[in-house]
Amino acid sequence: MTHILKPKFRHPNLPKNGVGLTRRDYEGVVSTLCAGCGHDSVTAAIIEACFEMELPAHRVAKMSGIGCSSKTTNYFLNRSHGFNSVHGRMPSVTTGANLANRGLVYLGVSGDGDTASIGLGQFAHAVRRRLNMLYICENNGTYGLTKGQFSATNDRASKNRKGLDSPFDSIDLCNVAIELGAGFVARAFSGDKAQLVPLIIAGLKYRGFALIDVISPCVTFNNHTSSTKSYDYVRDHNHMVGRLDLVPEAREITAESAPGVTQNVTMHDGSQMALSAVSEDYDPTDPETAMPELARFKRQGRVATGLLYLDERQEDLHDLIGTAPGPLNEVPAEELCPGSDALEAINAAHR
Amino acid sequence: MDRTDTSDPSYFHKVVDCQWACPAHTPVPEYIRLIAHGQYTEAFMINWESNVFPGILGRTCDRPCEPACRRGRIEEKPVAICRLKRVAADNRGVVDHLMPQIPAQKNGKRVALIGAGPASLTVARDLMPLGYDVTLIERDPQGGGLMRKNIPSFRLPVAVLDEEVGRILDFGVTTRFGEEITSLKAVLDEGFDAVFVGTGAPRGKDLARVPGRAEADANIHLGIDFLASVAFKHVERIGKRVVVIGGGNTAMDCCRTALRLGADSVTVTVRSPRADMKASDWEIEDAEREGIPILDNHSPKEFVTENGRLKAVVFEKMRAEYVDGRRKLIPTGAPDVVIECDDVLMAVGQENSFPWIERDLGIAFNEWEEPAVDKETFMSTRPGVFFGGDAAWGPENIIWAVAHGHQAAISIDLHCQDRDLQDRPPPETNLVSQKMGIHEWSYDNDISDEARNLVPHADPALALRDLSMEVELGFDVQQALDEAMRCLNCDIQTVFTDDKCIECDACMDICPVDCINFTQNAEEPELRDGLRVPALNHAQDLYVSGDLPTGRVMVKDEDVCLHCGLCAERCPTGAWDMQKFLLKEAKAAPIVPADPQEQPYAAE
Ligand SMILES: Cc1cc2nc3c(=O)[nH]c(=O)nc-3n(C[C@H](O)[C@H](O)[C@H](O)COP(=O)(O)OP(=O)(O)OC[C@H]3O[C@@H](n4cnc5c(N)ncnc54)[C@H](O)[C@@H]3O)c2cc1C
Ligand SMILES: Cc1ncc(C[n+]2csc(CCOP(=O)(O)OP(=O)(O)O)c2C)c(N)n1
Ligand code: SF4
Ligand code: SF4
Ligand code: SF4
Ligand SMILES: [Mg+2]
Repeated sequence: MTHILKPKFRHPNLPKNGVGLTRRDYEGVVSTLCAGCGHDSVTAAIIEACFEMELPAHRVAKMSGIGCSSKTTNYFLNRSHGFNSVHGRMPSVTTGANLANRGLVYLGVSGDGDTASIGLGQFAHAVRRRLNMLYICENNGTYGLTKGQFSATNDRASKNRKGLDSPFDSIDLCNVAIELGAGFVARAFSGDKAQLVPLIIAGLKYRGFALIDVISPCVTFNNHTSSTKSYDYVRDHNHMVGRLDLVPEAREITAESAPGVTQNVTMHDGSQMALSAVSEDYDPTDPETAMPELARFKRQGRVATGLLYLDERQEDLHDLIGTAPGPLNEVPAEELCPGSDALEAINAAHR
Repeated sequence: MDRTDTSDPSYFHKVVDCQWACPAHTPVPEYIRLIAHGQYTEAFMINWESNVFPGILGRTCDRPCEPACRRGRIEEKPVAICRLKRVAADNRGVVDHLMPQIPAQKNGKRVALIGAGPASLTVARDLMPLGYDVTLIERDPQGGGLMRKNIPSFRLPVAVLDEEVGRILDFGVTTRFGEEITSLKAVLDEGFDAVFVGTGAPRGKDLARVPGRAEADANIHLGIDFLASVAFKHVERIGKRVVVIGGGNTAMDCCRTALRLGADSVTVTVRSPRADMKASDWEIEDAEREGIPILDNHSPKEFVTENGRLKAVVFEKMRAEYVDGRRKLIPTGAPDVVIECDDVLMAVGQENSFPWIERDLGIAFNEWEEPAVDKETFMSTRPGVFFGGDAAWGPENIIWAVAHGHQAAISIDLHCQDRDLQDRPPPETNLVSQKMGIHEWSYDNDISDEARNLVPHADPALALRDLSMEVELGFDVQQALDEAMRCLNCDIQTVFTDDKCIECDACMDICPVDCINFTQNAEEPELRDGLRVPALNHAQDLYVSGDLPTGRVMVKDEDVCLHCGLCAERCPTGAWDMQKFLLKEAKAAPIVPADPQEQPYAAE
């Protein structure tokens, strides 16, 4: 938190994207989080991703629950739609919004408490319904906003700031999501934007449910040496399973331009995603091998990061239940109210 | 790149663009903050210590600090540094008790200063507190040099000049005014321990080869001589139609003076294109605001006389061509322009000249009759004879004369004490954290984003009738505060401690102007190109840390840093701190009392 407003001055040579906006045009109000909070880095990565994607802010809906993490939707995309729901209820609110207006880009930001504790049920259903959204969980293993209680993602091995153990096993949101049928599952670290930004772009483009579990250290309550969600621990144990490069539609991926590419994936907007394995032959498109591998990394105390799982089908809730093709606010009046003859016919069918 | 060595004071000094650009290295942001606090006396003293003539310079300085000012790179216009200096001088309280003590017991060394311009006066100010017996010799009846006889009083009121010159003379300087030196040997024979030549560049250039020059002599006046005659009230009138030839500041002063002496029409003509005019932008603006036309690309071709009186000047129209960056003026072939006039003021440059220095005294002169003067010590090839101000390397301006004076005084002191002239005292520097609380700093980082304030002017209807009515009125206290809040506090340095950084990116993310980067180290050109916003301004340094735990380095481009302190506020470990860097250029004598108890303007 700072006491002054961020000055309006910008670097005179600040680059502009194709729609004439600078990175700073994607900012929100100044963050009130603790200095050094990982969540602020995620905010910066979201800003960078939206800038690179040239997203028009008014076509984005920022959704969140309660927590330091959930507050951050206020810190980016000042001119977007947004809904700050009650604790853990962001998935349902997003489901409703998405059903009503499928034309917007849904970006949910939540925390490990908001997602894995109070909101676990809501989260599970959004995943299995393949809600078309990017769900970012800013995972710090603690309830930051309420002063540092253990959260459900806190590892058994991780002690709290006062040295106390957690009696319970942790929930691995990525495993849960893969299990429940999410199409795009990634883990990242707030301290590595080079990895995080492309993942956010890919997640926003993905049609279906996309989860990025971002390990985002809480500097105030969970950044001590006995924590497994501290800057140092994550840096020391980070195990990148693969690299993801985004390739604009126009450019063909050749072996030369992207050495070590093992997979090319076409996104529904026509752009390409190039996946390259960094170590071991981890194949994110094969759940049969990916799940056991992830379990092995976890046993070894490694933090597997990168795109962990990808379902290339890219189907979403609308496809599954066959909803109207466009946003409801664009349905013309005569279709919305087809007249008494149509009502008669419906009633007759129930007699 | 190597890790930046911030223990070298010149690194942080360079970040303070204005101070670095000021020849006397005035601590600009320090006095601007004092003005914002309403501490005008303290702001005045900071200036007086560095540049000796705050009231004069606050009106007339050439202000090299302003084009250098960082604010001019993030917004259209720099901070009005010069006008703020005037605010300090205009609003200060009593300063007599803050003046250095002049020892009653002299140190036994006698120093002669020839010419009483700003260069000599600065030497006197710096040497008097050390107990030197200083003699100031000037051919004019009063001290001040060109500040008195060439800078018109509608720009610099005589009262301001008298006060600031008098303050130095009152230290007990022996004055020999009204005495023209015609032989340096005679001065040396008086047995002084050191002699300083501060005689300026008193000779105006002429256009002797233009046809008709000699015939029209009665109505052609050298600009600087004309201005001097006006200043000393030897001339009180001029013809109705006046042509001023020249595009420098002297031309601007001449045309405005002519207008006030009753000319109906005054025209300025310049040989070169307007963009190449030597005059400062604001002086051109002031002349044009008074309705004086400036005709560029007009080269004087002939002075036309009739019955022994000047009738007109004929001009050839020129255009500029640039070959390999060098300018050539070429006649366009367009019909000549004839401007009828009664008087011509010629302001085409000045030079130094030393007919009174014998060439057998051991003082070397080059082929252009310029003395050989050491750039650092200001000593000539004859030990004990020093040069400074316009006399050293030709016409400059007041602030350079002051800067020369400070250095010459140091040399004179070293020389008189039989010490090595190269053994120069280092500047006094200080670096102090400004942290008061988690998000509180002892400086105001909430800067204004308003545009530069315009200074009010006197009613032209009155000003044009009165030679001594000051045109610029100066900022009032509210305008001064508004303007002071535009200053970015560039002396409040962002200081980075490598081993405290946990690489959380918080500083990089918050920085409003994308200064901060965490990146792989590389050679400078590569590093500059690869930053978040490429660092294209090579005049500004990169601040590079040592290797951080992930193998990257922190690189900060100093270019457009707002010194807002947000990086330090966002840093969870205090790896960034905002620290005030105060540099005071060394003087021959400490000007401000050394006892901190007596230092009322220690702003910490
Ligand atoms: C018209 C005009 C306007 C200017 N306006 C500005 C301005 O707005 N701002 C600015 O910064 N600068 C301005 N300048 C330049 C500035 O005035 C000079 O650069 C500055 O005064 C130089 O200081 P100095 O001490 O070297 O010498 P000077 O100020 O030139 O003083 C030299 C003195 O030595 C005396 N002298 C010379 N020869 C002898 C001798 N043989 N015996 C005894 N005495 C002698 C002269 O009478 C003179 O008083 C202006 C110059 C001119 C001509
Ligand atoms: C219904 C309800 N229960 C409890 C709370 C108290 N509460 C606020 S935030 C929070 C935990 C947030 O943790 P997390 O989502 O991990 O966010 P963080 O602050 O760590 O980013 C809790 C329990 C609440 N606001 N509402
Ligand atoms: S309490 Fe923790 S999670 Fe919340 S803002 Fe502070 S550092 Fe971030
Ligand atoms: S902003 Fe202030 S400190 Fe910075 S260069 Fe300008 S006047 Fe000097
Ligand atoms: S003080 Fe820090 S945050 Fe502010 S502009 Fe400078 S580097 Fe950026
Ligand atoms: Mg949390």
